[in-house]
Amino acid sequence: MSPRLVPVGSDPAGRRDLPLTITVDGEPLTGVAGQSLAGVLLAAGRPAWRRAPSGAPRGVFCGIGVCFDCLVTVNDERDVRACRRRARDGDAVTTQSRAPGDEQDGRPAR
Amino acid sequence: MTGRHVVVVGAGPAGLAAADAALAAGAEVTLIDSAERPGGQYHRMLPEAYEATDPAVLQHGYRSFDRRSRRVLGHPRCSWWAESSVWALERRDAEADGPPLVHVLRGTPRRRHVLEPDALVLAVGAHDRVLPFPGWDLPGVYTAGAAQALAKGERLVVGDRVVVAGTGPFLLPVATSLLDAGSRVLAVLEAGRPGSVARGWLRRPWELTSQLGKSGELLSYSAALGRHRVSYRMGTAVVEARGDGRVEEIVSARVRADWSVVPGTERVIAVDALCVGHGFTPQLELPVAAGCELRRGPVGSTAGSAAGSPADPFVAVDDDQRTSRPGVYAAGEITGVAGAPAARAEGGVAGWIAAGGDPGSRALVTLRRNRDQGRAFAARLALAHPVGRAWPGWLRPDTVICRCEETTYAAVCRSAGDPTSTEPRVAKLATRAGLGPCQARVCGPTVAELRRSTDTGPGPHHRPVAEPIRLGELARPPEPPPGPATPSTHPDSPTEESTS
Ligand SMILES: Cc1cc2nc3c(=O)[nH]c(=O)nc-3n(C[C@H](O)[C@H](O)[C@H](O)COP(=O)(O)OP(=O)(O)OC[C@H]3O[C@@H](n4cnc5c(N)ncnc54)[C@H](O)[C@@H]3O)c2cc1C
Ligand code: FES
Repeated sequence: MSPRLVPVGSDPAGRRDLPLTITVDGEPLTGVAGQSLAGVLLAAGRPAWRRAPSGAPRGVFCGIGVCFDCLVTVNDERDVRACRRRARDGDAVTTQSRAPGDEQDGRPAR
Repeated sequence: MTGRHVVVVGAGPAGLAAADAALAAGAEVTLIDSAERPGGQYHRMLPEAYEATDPAVLQHGYRSFDRRSRRVLGHPRCSWWAESSVWALERRDAEADGPPLVHVLRGTPRRRHVLEPDALVLAVGAHDRVLPFPGWDLPGVYTAGAAQALAKGERLVVGDRVVVAGTGPFLLPVATSLLDAGSRVLAVLEAGRPGSVARGWLRRPWELTSQLGKSGELLSYSAALGRHRVSYRMGTAVVEARGDGRVEEIVSARVRADWSVVPGTERVIAVDALCVGHGFTPQLELPVAAGCELRRGPVGSTAGSAAGSPADPFVAVDDDQRTSRPGVYAAGEITGVAGAPAARAEGGVAGWIAAGGDPGSRALVTLRRNRDQGRAFAARLALAHPVGRAWPGWLRPDTVICRCEETTYAAVCRSAGDPTSTEPRVAKLATRAGLGPCQARVCGPTVAELRRSTDTGPGPHHRPVAEPIRLGELARPPEPPPGPATPSTHPDSPTEESTS
């Protein structure tokens, strides 16, 4: 099975789930308010969304903003770390690739 | 009243304690963290949108943390800068003695600020260290910290058939969080041999009792593993992950004290996620940018044996948490990996002294004692869980070492053996290891270790830009920070906290 949210009813932390929808490369995905973009993608059954230079798939690795494996473009803002950005209702996410031949190169500006 | 302006970078256990103590000493404090909420890695808080009614069930010591963070964030002399990243520290000219200028990107959209503090406390913590093995770059392989951050921070579990592997006591809270969230943890694999783990932990047991909070925590994790009948195997490592586009199975193997594989002991386990951690790497970009001297960590090998890899460097601090740079203090995981109680104690000392508090204050005696016990604990941790020297035996020529640039083990070996590339910068350019988006944060310690015999120059932490900044942001002039608050006239004493 894929990563998933702890069911809200059995979560001892007692949380509420306020649904939201984002699009990923045009496809709608639902999540809950407060989740990171990475969390929404993972819980939607997508363990990977970016491509390394060889085309190898990449998703979350470090989970805290260190490895840059999870970069996405959000509402035209490039190189956003999906593990560090909270999903907002209506976010338009596009995936990034560093594979040659793919349009984009996920190198952060520095 | 000290009237000093203390900037604290990082609001984890160390940074919060530093801010608390600096406020108690009468300083004006700016507390900066790139996260939305305080707490750092240990007291990772759920998003506000979850409106959790009982967040305390997810972590040890939540209540005292909550008290402290309310006291600090609500203090009239504290400016809390959430979602703010320090991306550079700029040393002032050679004659000026003060701490460096602090360059901050704040909020969304991000605005640029420059702070000129009287004292700077760095408490930026650490991140997981993961040794490479074939298949470690497959999706579904996570750092142990990532699994912990997702489970604790947003109630997401990474899989239903999970193996937690690597070395160190941190594997236990990770496995426990996964179990609590309803995952099946198939096994916790500790690469350390029972002998060295026991030698490390049982030598001088009185040092452990002084870390009662920590040992109580460890006991509760062991109990949770027992209740769920999770097998905890020592002397066992994950040496390969396999799958088509994502991890589907892993290969575990028995390893000797030096982590060389015992042939014929390989076992295949079907999983949907693997969590790995081989200790922590301190985030040294800012201390290095400030010009702080580093020191070698506690040596990760049992005396006289060749089991351990050379230890990573940490920030060198004196008895008052002063670094080698005037006006710059360091606390928490960047000075040594010793857990949250030690980080809190170090932060308390650093904040108080940075604020100009009386170095002879009575409360400092307790804080220093807690800090020293924390350091002893760190040394034992390193002794009990050394990274075995023979781990490169897991690698194949085509194993990825640098995840960003996909530099292979063969390429790193070639460059290490090439006499024209002994200089690390040349080696970087030749192999591209460390030149990708993460700028060697992940592969740096590995490459450094694989090249240890040839390297001489600056290590992987020499990065003038600590956090990526967009050129447009750089081009805009910095905005003035909000005006200073009025300092109070009544210094208290640095506050201690229970270690639970
Ligand atoms: C992912 C992860 C999860 C962990 N979970 C646990 C756990 O559940 N239990 C446990 O016992 N130990 C855990 N640890 C170990 C943990 O590091 C220590 O126990 C403890 O949190 C260290 O405290 P600290 O204050 O030194 O650093 P941290 O808690 O790491 O705090 C550092 C803070 O600095 C901030 N920061 C870093 N760089 C910048 C910058 N440039 N600008 C602004 N802010 C910055 C970070 O956002 C962070 O909040 C975890 C470690 C990691 C890496
Ligand atoms: S997963 Fe490492 S930066 Fe997001």
